Amino acid sequence: MAKHARRATAESPIARIALIGVALVFLFLFLLLPLLAVFAEALRNGLQPFLEAIVEPDAWSAIRLTLIVAAISVPLNIVFGIAAAWAITKFDFPGKGILITLIDLPFSVSPVVAGLIYVLMFGASGWFGPWLQEHDIEIVFAVPGIVLASVFVTFPFVARELIPLMAEQGRDDEEAALSLGASGWQTFWHVTLPNIRWGLLYGVLLCNARAMGEFGAVSVVSGHIRGETNTMPLHVEILYNEYNFVAAFAVASLLAMLALVTLVLKSILEWRFDYHRTGTGH
Amino acid sequence: MKRPTAIVTTMALALAVAGCSKPSGEAAGSVTLLNVSYDPTRELYKEINPAFAQEWKAKTGQTVSFRMSHGGSGKQARAIADGLEADVATLALAYDIDLLAERKLLPAEWQARLPDNSAPYYSTIVFLVRKGNPKGIKDWGDLVKPGIKVVTPNPKTSGGARWNYLAAWAYGRKASGSEAGARDYVTRLFRNVPVLDSGARGATTTFAERGIGDVLLAWENEALLAQKELGVGKFELVAPSLSILAEPPVAVVDANVAKHKTADAAKAYLDYLYTPKAQEIIAKNGYRPRNPEVAARYADTFPKLTLATIDGDFGGWKKAQAEHFADGGTFDAVFAQAKR
Repeated sequence: MAKHARRATAESPIARIALIGVALVFLFLFLLLPLLAVFAEALRNGLQPFLEAIVEPDAWSAIRLTLIVAAISVPLNIVFGIAAAWAITKFDFPGKGILITLIDLPFSVSPVVAGLIYVLMFGASGWFGPWLQEHDIEIVFAVPGIVLASVFVTFPFVARELIPLMAEQGRDDEEAALSLGASGWQTFWHVTLPNIRWGLLYGVLLCNARAMGEFGAVSVVSGHIRGETNTMPLHVEILYNEYNFVAAFAVASLLAMLALVTLVLKSILEWRFDYHRTGTGH
Repeated sequence: MKRPTAIVTTMALALAVAGCSKPSGEAAGSVTLLNVSYDPTRELYKEINPAFAQEWKAKTGQTVSFRMSHGGSGKQARAIADGLEADVATLALAYDIDLLAERKLLPAEWQARLPDNSAPYYSTIVFLVRKGNPKGIKDWGDLVKPGIKVVTPNPKTSGGARWNYLAAWAYGRKASGSEAGARDYVTRLFRNVPVLDSGARGATTTFAERGIGDVLLAWENEALLAQKELGVGKFELVAPSLSILAEPPVAVVDANVAKHKTADAAKAYLDYLYTPKAQEIIAKNGYRPRNPEVAARYADTFPKLTLATIDGDFGGWKKAQAEHFADGGTFDAVFAQAKR
């Protein structure tokens, strides 16, 4: 990075200003302006309709469902993510490469496919469909399906953050703790976890943002029952299709705010993360 | 030491709770019906449902509440077939409910169980043009003129679009007197189609909100609603010389009501659609009512049109679907040729 900066200063001032200008104009036109438009549309008729749209029962239930989905899929991701990163970086075993590739699968698969595989597995005519129906268990077109789809698409976030970090940190600290007589769990709680906490938080944050914002996969398995299986992104689409633009943008602005909060937290974490990493002299 | 186990247990519990939290309709004084419907009926059932609930409560003392799901008709039928537990299906065309009969969710002769082909309301396909009709569009013939942009959704996914397609086909056949002529007309029509949305509502938004196209082929009820919702006087409705009788059918999904023990309420709900009170709501929402008295009151809204029928002119939905919309049907050929 530093090298780039030095080289850039060697450019003529005009080129520099032009480049910065182009970048800023692009940022403004393609990121900031659309974001502002969401808020402007939401508040077009004042604050009152905006608030009404958010406390409306169907919108409220969409918000609740979104929070439930995040509350289930994020902890699951933490457990899976740490377990996977732990296994990959602290042990050698055959098939490691395959495991790493599999973790990345949800990044490369289109979310629509992610939704469809659950319909194929748990739908009425799917592999487990008849058995599920016999036992009166609903998965697709109900909350569990939405949770499964969200877990699938968010799967790599925590693991992807932790694997490079843990690989870089190596096994020395853990081996030291073990040789001093700590148990496996103690080593994890007192040595590994504090070492990875910023990376972990960073992964959780990204995972949460995706879990709340996912549209494609969730849309396929949702069944779109109002007030019941609509998450916030799906509810935005429904409101928009009902010509209810103020309400649609009101809910959309909540999602946009989530994005902004995520960005701010992310910046703070990045700062802490770097500080921590350089601070401990790795 | 205990915490990870606690986390795992909590999550298992949360999953289990989420799995069980579906409202059951079996409590003594209350019942819940899931109505899985196609795209444009949102406003209609928003009004019908409380009206029926009130009447059902007065008659039986039972409280009925509704869950609604809307989307493209074909997609909704697929979802029911894949396990979305609809008590009643109110879709855009009979073919989509036939799909459910094929899966043994309801008997094959479902369409004979209610009057009027099981369609308590009907509609047709009309043109929506911009204010003042700047391109002078009066009939199907004007749509294939060079430079006219026609907006219609994709017949592969949208029930409304299949009606559009068949109405155009019927016109082409009448104007030329032959199937080949009809095919030629429809090909020229699709040459003028700049975008294919997946559903009727998406197409309306494309035309009305995004300002794309000179004319929208739409359900009459969608056109009337768009006029009302998106600004009075911004659009004009044009009734073509020939259109098609579009009958969106309703049916109780027997397998699901048996499971939910909601058969009585579900049946009464669909019967209610034929009552004068419901027919009035239906007409108010832009669907053509079956009840002659209500129809007479709304004669101004619904001009008399010559309508082709799916059974009379296309040999029923099974044949029309296989001939026109299945893979390798006329739509595939027409579309490939139009884009050349």
